[in-house]
Amino acid sequence: MTLTPVLTKYWDEADSYKISGYMRNGGYTAFKKAFATGPDEIINIVKDSGLRGRGGAGFPTGLKWSFVPQNDGKPHYLVVNADESEPGACKDIPLMMANPHSLIEGVIIAAYAMRANHAFIYIRGEVPHVFRRVNNAIREAYAAGYLGKNIMGSGFDLEVVLHAGAGAYICGEETALLDSLEGRRGQPRLKPPFPAVAGLYASPSCVNNVETIANIPYLINNGVDWFKSFGTEKSPGFKLFAVSGHVNRPGIYEAPLGITMRELLEHAGGVRDGKTVKFWLPGGSSVPMLTADLLDTPLTYEDIAAAGSMLGTGTPMIFDNTTSVVRAVTGWISFYKHESCGKCTPCREGTWWLSDVLHRFEAGHGTESDLDKLIDICAQIAGRSFCALGDAAATPFPAAMKYFRDEFVQATSTPANESYDPTASTIFAGATR
Amino acid sequence: MTVTTQTVTVTVDAVTVEVPAGTLIIRVAEMLGTAIPRFCDHPLLEPVAACRMCLVEIEGQGKPQPSCAVTVTDGMVIKTQHTSEMAEKAQAGVMEFLLINHPLDCPICDKGGECPLQNQAMTSGAGESRFTGVKRTFPKPINVSAQVLLDRERCVSCARCTRFADEIAGDPFIELLERGAKQQVGTSEDQPFDSYFSGNTIQICPVGALTSAKYRFRSRPFDLISTPSACEHCASGCALRTDVRRNTVMRRLAWDAPEVNEEWNCDKGRFAFPYTTEGRLTHPLVRDEDGNLVPASWPEAIRVAAAGLAKSGTATGVLTGGRVTVEDAQSYAGFARGVLGTPDVDFRARAVSSEETAFLANHVAGKGLDVTYGDLESAAAVLLVGFEPEDESPIVFLRLRKAALKNGTKVYSVAPYATAGLAKMKGKLLTAGPREEVATINGAAEFLANPNSIILVGERAAQTPGALSAVAELATKTGARLAWIPRRAGDRGALDAGLLPIGGRNTTEIISATGSAIKNLVIGGVGAEDVDGDLVAAIERASFVVSLETRHTDVTALADVVFPVAVVTEKRGTFRNWEGRDRSFDVVAPTPGALSDAAVLGEIARELGSEISVIDFWASAAKPALSAGAAENSTIGAGEAILSTWRHLLDKGTLQSGEPYLAATSRVAVVRVSPNTAQSLGLVDGGSASVTCCGNTATAPVIVTGGMVDGVVWVPANSEGSSLNIPSGCVVTVKAGGNA
Repeated sequence: MTLTPVLTKYWDEADSYKISGYMRNGGYTAFKKAFATGPDEIINIVKDSGLRGRGGAGFPTGLKWSFVPQNDGKPHYLVVNADESEPGACKDIPLMMANPHSLIEGVIIAAYAMRANHAFIYIRGEVPHVFRRVNNAIREAYAAGYLGKNIMGSGFDLEVVLHAGAGAYICGEETALLDSLEGRRGQPRLKPPFPAVAGLYASPSCVNNVETIANIPYLINNGVDWFKSFGTEKSPGFKLFAVSGHVNRPGIYEAPLGITMRELLEHAGGVRDGKTVKFWLPGGSSVPMLTADLLDTPLTYEDIAAAGSMLGTGTPMIFDNTTSVVRAVTGWISFYKHESCGKCTPCREGTWWLSDVLHRFEAGHGTESDLDKLIDICAQIAGRSFCALGDAAATPFPAAMKYFRDEFVQATSTPANESYDPTASTIFAGATR
Repeated sequence: MTVTTQTVTVTVDAVTVEVPAGTLIIRVAEMLGTAIPRFCDHPLLEPVAACRMCLVEIEGQGKPQPSCAVTVTDGMVIKTQHTSEMAEKAQAGVMEFLLINHPLDCPICDKGGECPLQNQAMTSGAGESRFTGVKRTFPKPINVSAQVLLDRERCVSCARCTRFADEIAGDPFIELLERGAKQQVGTSEDQPFDSYFSGNTIQICPVGALTSAKYRFRSRPFDLISTPSACEHCASGCALRTDVRRNTVMRRLAWDAPEVNEEWNCDKGRFAFPYTTEGRLTHPLVRDEDGNLVPASWPEAIRVAAAGLAKSGTATGVLTGGRVTVEDAQSYAGFARGVLGTPDVDFRARAVSSEETAFLANHVAGKGLDVTYGDLESAAAVLLVGFEPEDESPIVFLRLRKAALKNGTKVYSVAPYATAGLAKMKGKLLTAGPREEVATINGAAEFLANPNSIILVGERAAQTPGALSAVAELATKTGARLAWIPRRAGDRGALDAGLLPIGGRNTTEIISATGSAIKNLVIGGVGAEDVDGDLVAAIERASFVVSLETRHTDVTALADVVFPVAVVTEKRGTFRNWEGRDRSFDVVAPTPGALSDAAVLGEIARELGSEISVIDFWASAAKPALSAGAAENSTIGAGEAILSTWRHLLDKGTLQSGEPYLAATSRVAVVRVSPNTAQSLGLVDGGSASVTCCGNTATAPVIVTGGMVDGVVWVPANSEGSSLNIPSGCVVTVKAGGNA
């Protein structure tokens, strides 16, 4: 399957991030078309397109928009989740660097459709360069009259506010993001009420991923049939696949959903010379790992689920045979322990305990009975924690055990660094001083 | 009004019941007698579903659900840990997680023996831990306030304390900080947990993370004898539980009284009890031939008292103070009016007026249970006159705050400035300076247009001539209901018992007439500093003075006979709260020889050859007509202002002595003035100022308060940093500077 650059088409142009570059390539035409179409029809188009949220859960975007009650007299808010923090996920940040205007135009159309006069872009605080770039783009859009009061004489007002987070993974969870945006400590909220009913400032709100929103202008300009000509019936459209790990050309590859990992791997130049794929994760550290046998699985929501994992953010991580699974899992669990917000017991204490035991394995001090204990701890976290962070934390270990139990048994006597030389899996492996 | 409640049918552990729609699963289980373990759940706090201890299985849902946060829907089939393996396993898993970082210090933990974590670990946990690592530790304890201590390693992050502070008290000075396993309760660096209700967080903590400096390491729960009691500190009427070890009070807890204090109380009620044991009078005292007070036997003291009072019984003034029980008040009334035959009785140990006497006689006395807490909660509008609920009746404050937040009750306050307490009740200020409230009260009818409105008038309204008359008129005009909320626990009972000077002299008049028309004084719990007039001089002029007291005071030092009387812990009795609701309590620390005021008066009566009979005073009392007292206009000169003042809840009151941790949480005195007044008096915000009147001075930091009446200065009365103990309306001298 070939690559199909849509969002990424003009990223290599020198001024792709400026309003001039975006407009030269047809930007800021879709929102005018949308204004002429009417908000309800826009929601229908998005529904008909089958576009699914690109943030990880894959929830149908048009359906999500339609949950926002209309004509209820309350202010509505569109919130863009630009808190891309998932280990392995790096697609929204390049998108905002290379073409922030596609996001802004998407925001205009989405806000118009759900009748929101305020939109917020919540961007992770660790990327000030991206913050500056999006901020400049917003300024350009205001100057061009595409944001603000009575946009292009349409009578539609839209204020866009860019907000920097303070560096918490949990703030990518939509309700924690809303709390953080309101100036509170970022912790997930009890649902119901759902954000569509009482979200930001207790008003109907919709939280969408950057890539999802950036799809909108292209969808509006080119139509549902064009959009559905990419991908599969259940996973229509194209996707930014950010391939990372032990590949020769890591980067963003935009392709129709349904491309296989093997094809993507070829685009990315394959794994390093003389190495083989040991395991790979289709979309961030929160989805179960798969092995080389499953490289031919089409990257769609449904096929990856059938293979026992999740498409997640669609940002595959490839690990070759120099990698210690024990070390990889311990690293991810350390991350979840560090990022657990502390609100609920299973995630707070469970990640702490998992990390404690896994670090013993990493040091070669695990016991076989610890393996059952770890599986049990994961089972006690999954499905019992307050939000999906706990579920995510309970994912890596059972998946790793499914394919690499022997390696954990080995770690009851041998430190991971002795079984697998850590330098061999680095980019500078084999380099001499 | 008929309320139709929609019901749904749900099944819990194969038992099918019909319950109101919107009920939480955990409450339905409780109704059926099924205890689902829980930590974060509290019926008076909003659900948070954080601890995950109460997970249950709901048929058709793949994951166990928190029963504390999910409301029932029609046809829902719920399986608790008793019938669902999924639920049982989920709960056991959560319990195991809670214990991995929890210290095994139960043997030295204050909560041990009454600990929900300990108990539920027994019911829902495993016998042994699979955790073999090193537990998380923190330096311990840390002070979240002078009184409330935190041992962070014991905390299970249930957020009950932080939710209480935020939702109930409105003092969100504690919050969860950090994240993951490092999450902990904390305060901002320079701001401790400043709340009159902080002790409740200790009581609702489901583990031993929060303890009080007062009780920490003092006792084990199983060594305590607990007695239901009633609070003596104010007219709110809280139900308490008093815990005694070896006949010594160890601690007091808020007890359940859904109609009154719900499950809360204030820190004064919780911690201010050392006065019951410290510096007590132990023997009767009589004055010998040389004029010295010497210990005497009870029979001798009673004989001397009876002989002294017999000389001119009808010329006796009786001052009882506001801390008497209903039973003691009835005895004082029977003793004064029946045995001695004097109408000169008054329970009011403060500034009084004949307008107030008439107001109380006509609008409060003998009315029984009238306006209630429940009425406040459902009222459309509540007008406060001369009454600052957070300082003067804290449970009224909590209920008004709840009413405002949950039911949208509109609170209006006639006061010189908008207090923090008013803001917490989402209240609106109806600005009026001291002694200038009448016009504001007259103009308040528009706020009480809804027939479901209530006027709450405090005892300070008596300081403004005409205010109580205006309040009565406003109630008549608008149809709003009226309630009087005094500060002291015994005031309402004393009033109902007939200790109001109908046809006699009031407190101020008794003091001034002593030595002339009045020869003898019988004085209960009245301090010389409380009353308007020179009580010490009056005692010196009196022929014969009998004092019934618990501790040495200015009064006992000058009395001819002093009887030690029982404190609340030593007697049984009843306080009638502001609603007119009787709050009975039993003996908590039986003390041989401790006699109540009533018992002492009974013995004196017997010695006088009489008997005290309880009189139904208000059945036949001639109620004086209510008429406005003459307005007094004060003029202020340069460097002067009109004083506005009331006491903070935690002040220098004698019943709070001996409890330094509580005292350390009291609010420091401040001097409040409006921006204009600050300018004319040369005061700057944050600078210090001294306020002087009649030889008393308060020196405190200045807070320039926007929206405050000009020409007025507010300082707390009798509080830390302020020895001023005079009524509002006095002209005071204000100077910048002084050592605060």
